[in-house]
Amino acid sequence: MVPQFNPEKIRKDFPVLNQKVYGNPMVYFDNGATTQKPRAVIDAMSRFYEEKNSSIHRGVHYLSDQATQAYEEARNTVRDFIGAAHSHEIVFTAGATASVNAVAFSFSEKYIKEGDEIVVTEMEHHANLVPWQMVCERKKARLRVLPFNDRGELLIDLLEGLLSEKTRMVAVTHVSNALGTINSVKRIIGLAHRHGIPVLVDGAQAIQHGEVDVSGLDCDFYVFSGHKVYGPTGIGVLYGKEKWLEDMPPYQTGGDMVDQVSLEKSSFNSLPFKFEAGTTNYVGAIGLEAALKYISASGLKAIAEYENGLLKYATDKMLSVEGLRIYGTAPEKISILSFLIDGIHPYDAGMILDKLGIAVRTGTHCAQPVMQHFGIEGTLRASLAMYNTNDEIDRFVGGLDTVIQMLR
Amino acid sequence: MENGKIQEIQEEIVSEFSMFDNWMDKYNYLIELGRDLPAIDPKFKTNEHLINGCQSKVWLRADLEDGEIRFTADSDAIITRGLVALLVRVFSGQTPAGIKDAGIDFIDRIGLRENLSPTRSNGLLSMIKKMKLYAIAYDARQQI
Repeated sequence: MVPQFNPEKIRKDFPVLNQKVYGNPMVYFDNGATTQKPRAVIDAMSRFYEEKNSSIHRGVHYLSDQATQAYEEARNTVRDFIGAAHSHEIVFTAGATASVNAVAFSFSEKYIKEGDEIVVTEMEHHANLVPWQMVCERKKARLRVLPFNDRGELLIDLLEGLLSEKTRMVAVTHVSNALGTINSVKRIIGLAHRHGIPVLVDGAQAIQHGEVDVSGLDCDFYVFSGHKVYGPTGIGVLYGKEKWLEDMPPYQTGGDMVDQVSLEKSSFNSLPFKFEAGTTNYVGAIGLEAALKYISASGLKAIAEYENGLLKYATDKMLSVEGLRIYGTAPEKISILSFLIDGIHPYDAGMILDKLGIAVRTGTHCAQPVMQHFGIEGTLRASLAMYNTNDEIDRFVGGLDTVIQMLR
Repeated sequence: MENGKIQEIQEEIVSEFSMFDNWMDKYNYLIELGRDLPAIDPKFKTNEHLINGCQSKVWLRADLEDGEIRFTADSDAIITRGLVALLVRVFSGQTPAGIKDAGIDFIDRIGLRENLSPTRSNGLLSMIKKMKLYAIAYDARQQI
């Protein structure tokens, strides 16, 4: 018997949630930007500093050995969490943005030349768009864009027409940070692979909301950030299939990533160390491991189911607010609600919600092309996580009524 | 001298806001001020006059008339517009030298400091900077 998912119990694990903002109990609906940290993560990192801290992969001494073991165990935990075949396919980076930049640089050094093409989508976060634009500029390659419809669904039927013998990479987000759409990345990967084209999946908004299996997806690269999956900031993951990582040149050079160095030439260390130059954020990796273990204990299926309930409840409640429009209405969504209220500027609404203790995000959400698609300047975004509740949604919708009263 | 006048207006605003003992009344007043601010002529809503915050936009014009700067400003967000109205009230009609040297503390004193936080990125901080830059430029021109 699977234990019932219990949000009230989960909430107690997150110290930051238990506070008042301007005298009101805080409602934290900005989880798309970053998630809060459970006690387990905070403790794991403190404990590591207190008991094991030492530079990894370098020392002959006891403490360094302990630290190295903990770091490599964290790597194994990530491997198992995303269903990768090998630990050395897991590279620790500073975050999803750093991971995309690493691939954009290293992959393009080896495989992209003038006249080649890279396919992205209209709904990418700038982090999975701008690095590819830079590659195109540097290599005189061309960016092709897969559009989405007004519900926020990618027009995957058009992908075939964008792929050619010149296409070198398809970079697509698993879940849209601005619209919440869960994309059929498996179908996209299948189509691209039929042409022998590798696919990078940006999992920054997916990893915390459902099960991810990179082997099942058969993606070539998968990236995500620690801080969006209840882990610490400054740590992220780049998963890459062995064949690509082996073949790609390093993007940063320095200590630990080299094999032999003379003043004339160096040879590089094996995977994954080739891509981990310098002293890595090993404490971040320990924190990330604790976060992944923490959510695994609840079960990603149970989390996804619970959050889907939140999404449905919030959507119904919000649509009862007069003049409220939701952007991103795909049937397959995570608990992200981007919206506008007629005649009300998102910044004004956000400021008043803040005064009521409700944290949402306003603006373009680092996805300006998405806003351009709808011909709007920005939206309000409520992004819900596993520790949010229907009661908080009620308070949020009550807050929207106050916003309307004050601003209309 | 001019500085004194700017300070006087700031004191006036602080005393007006002291009547409100909760944020909602304060914001309602700000919204009212925003509604009352005459809109900038649409022909001036150009990139040249735009101060781009990430969250809300502010447009600002400055003209020198009889040794005083006339500011006209606008914003697409009503709360920002209310604060814009207050800044125009403080600075418009003052001399370049006075504006240049004036300290601005009323926003803090009326408890709306959060609106000047850089993370809000609403264009207000840049607006104050821009008003000062206009003052410096007009001041320099007068001395030539």
